Amino acid sequence: MSVTEREQRAFIAAAAADARVNVELETEGMTLNIGPQHPATHGTLRIIARLDGEQVVAAEPVMGYMHRGYEKLAEVRTYPQVTTLINRIDWLGSFANEVPFILAAEQLMEVEAPPRAAWIRTILFELSRLANISLFLGDMGVQLGALTPVFFAFRDREFVLNQIEAVTGGRFHPNFDRIGGLKDDLPAGWIEETRGVMVKMRNFCDELEDLLMGNEIFEARTRGVGVIPPEIALSFGLSGANARASGIDWDMRRDNPCGLVYDEVDWKVWTHPDGDSFARYWVRLQETREATHIVEQLLDGLPAGPVMAKVPVIIKVPAGEAYVATENPLGVMGYYVVSKGDLGPFRVKIRSASFNNISVVPWVMRGVFVPDVITILASLYFILGDIDR
Amino acid sequence: MIEILAFEPAYWLQTLIKLGVVALVVPTAALILGYVFLMKMMSFMQSRLGPMEAGPYGTLQLLADGVKFLQKEDIFPRRADRYVFALAPVVVLVSTFLLFVVLPVGPDAVVSGLDAGLFFALAVASLSVIGVLMAGWGSANKYALMGGMRAAGQLIAYELPLVLAAIGVVIQAGTLDLNKIVLAQATGEIFGWGAIGNPYILTQFVGFAIFLVAVQAELTQPPFDMPVAESEIVGGYQVEYTGFRFLFFFMAEFGTAFAFAGIASVLFLGGWYVPGLDPASGWFNLIGPFVMFIKIMAVSALIFWFRFTFPRLREDQLQKLAWKVLIPAALLNIVVTGVLKVAV
Repeated sequence: MSVTEREQRAFIAAAAADARVNVELETEGMTLNIGPQHPATHGTLRIIARLDGEQVVAAEPVMGYMHRGYEKLAEVRTYPQVTTLINRIDWLGSFANEVPFILAAEQLMEVEAPPRAAWIRTILFELSRLANISLFLGDMGVQLGALTPVFFAFRDREFVLNQIEAVTGGRFHPNFDRIGGLKDDLPAGWIEETRGVMVKMRNFCDELEDLLMGNEIFEARTRGVGVIPPEIALSFGLSGANARASGIDWDMRRDNPCGLVYDEVDWKVWTHPDGDSFARYWVRLQETREATHIVEQLLDGLPAGPVMAKVPVIIKVPAGEAYVATENPLGVMGYYVVSKGDLGPFRVKIRSASFNNISVVPWVMRGVFVPDVITILASLYFILGDIDR
Repeated sequence: MIEILAFEPAYWLQTLIKLGVVALVVPTAALILGYVFLMKMMSFMQSRLGPMEAGPYGTLQLLADGVKFLQKEDIFPRRADRYVFALAPVVVLVSTFLLFVVLPVGPDAVVSGLDAGLFFALAVASLSVIGVLMAGWGSANKYALMGGMRAAGQLIAYELPLVLAAIGVVIQAGTLDLNKIVLAQATGEIFGWGAIGNPYILTQFVGFAIFLVAVQAELTQPPFDMPVAESEIVGGYQVEYTGFRFLFFFMAEFGTAFAFAGIASVLFLGGWYVPGLDPASGWFNLIGPFVMFIKIMAVSALIFWFRFTFPRLREDQLQKLAWKVLIPAALLNIVVTGVLKVAV
């Protein structure tokens, strides 16, 4: 069995840390493999934790157990085929994965989606955010030992998935976004139904705020646990709610909407100064609520018109390079697309949010207890597909 | 006085009957609690139906599960301490069986009415710690070891508030005999009004609350389930167990919950007594079990309600709660009870 260099380095670092602890306390350390098969990693993430009793001395995440090579696969597919692949990256908010890639391709082709398509895109983008984050809100409870909230999350997420399915035909992998617009228009009666779902989602947020976030044990477990100061968050490249929970006022939806219509609606970017696990939960809860308001406003102002611009039947993207990043449910997701004028991209680099978010683990997990490892992992909120791609 | 169940079989037959009763009660109790609370109440709280296929409304689901467990391979981890590993679930289960020995369900309907019944119950309850430690150590698994150590620390810390909370009742009743505690509540009076007796929950409500919290910790249920914490240490000391050995742990968990709910209803809710009837009546040997069952289910509902509602505390927070809140409160309760007992 070969030992990778990373494992070697982790071992040396842990041994050095061990030596320090042993000199002080005369105790023997223990290496604990959290994962790859562990319920808290909801996937196959492995964390090599060097323990002193229940205290973590050093933690090293090992990723790549689910590497599927989407960047390479994209090179041997045509542009319309790529979306089928990439909506499997973050499988909980799959439509949101397609959007930045399509926007990058549109930028290269210099086509612009008609206004109605851009608005529906934004609506579906926010619906994927709801489908994704609502599950986090319940799952955090399971990680902390409260069994009930996750079932409420699944119950209410179902309504959102139904709405996505009604438009796209797919609950998990819509494959609906096209270069130059969308495949179809909204079905009849969808707008009114969606308004009802938004009310349900807001009730769900209220329910969880009462049930879980207001719980004293929940606060005791999350407040002050896994504090990430803003400068550390920036230096590790944290994005999305994780960065905003550290007090960084950065949201791509507001700062660089590129093609999505967020500047047409009145909304707020939520930040929290604390940077601990509680702040990360709080920010996501507020964002879920904010997303329902965004969707409602977008439904109000939905313009009429076609949903598809004039694009050739066989799509050839002119040579060039483009990078488009959007604020996906997990954080900033960007596609760097290099085209040589062929049917498919020459190279696609995917910047996914969870990969950067999880890189802060060795820093933030020094000196915490084993239960806090789970709290921090849960509150950083990653999707394995988004880490390994 | 009508003599019900007033037959005197030979000693060996008596012993056999008693053994049979205890051996039947534990699995039945585990089945009932598992079905009513773990499967149905939890499901309804989580807006789902739970098992619906095996038997009417899924009533036979746990039997089906039990048969499934018995069919499974009995796996020993390669580096496990074989004897310790094999014996651990038995030790835990024996502690549960012993608990039922002193639990009275009628004036004479008790397997063995010991003078120091409460003392015996609390003593054998802590036997399970040894089994849990054995399981944690014998599994040769780091998660199991952590679970075992957490369980040991937790059970020892919560043994104290459990005993101290019961002492208030003992002071008030003036006896350690569980049946006499029931009688003391049945014949008690509230300011000279004796219509409903004097269930000690009215005077010992602090003790009742502390007792329930400590029981929750003894049973390693949320919010005190760190020893098994599925999302952290993947089942803790149970992680390496399969088949019927796992079934033993399951039965012990729910059987003990049933027994502790029984002890709580004896100590605080008046046991098998129903207000308005003569506590000396032999009829209580017949209706006592049903009365006890209702009271036990009521207390269990509380216990399992907590289980499905709360997140889990951290290990250090749990110890802080025990030593800084529960034990001082229990001691204060004892002092107040003692002073009032002497003064009134």
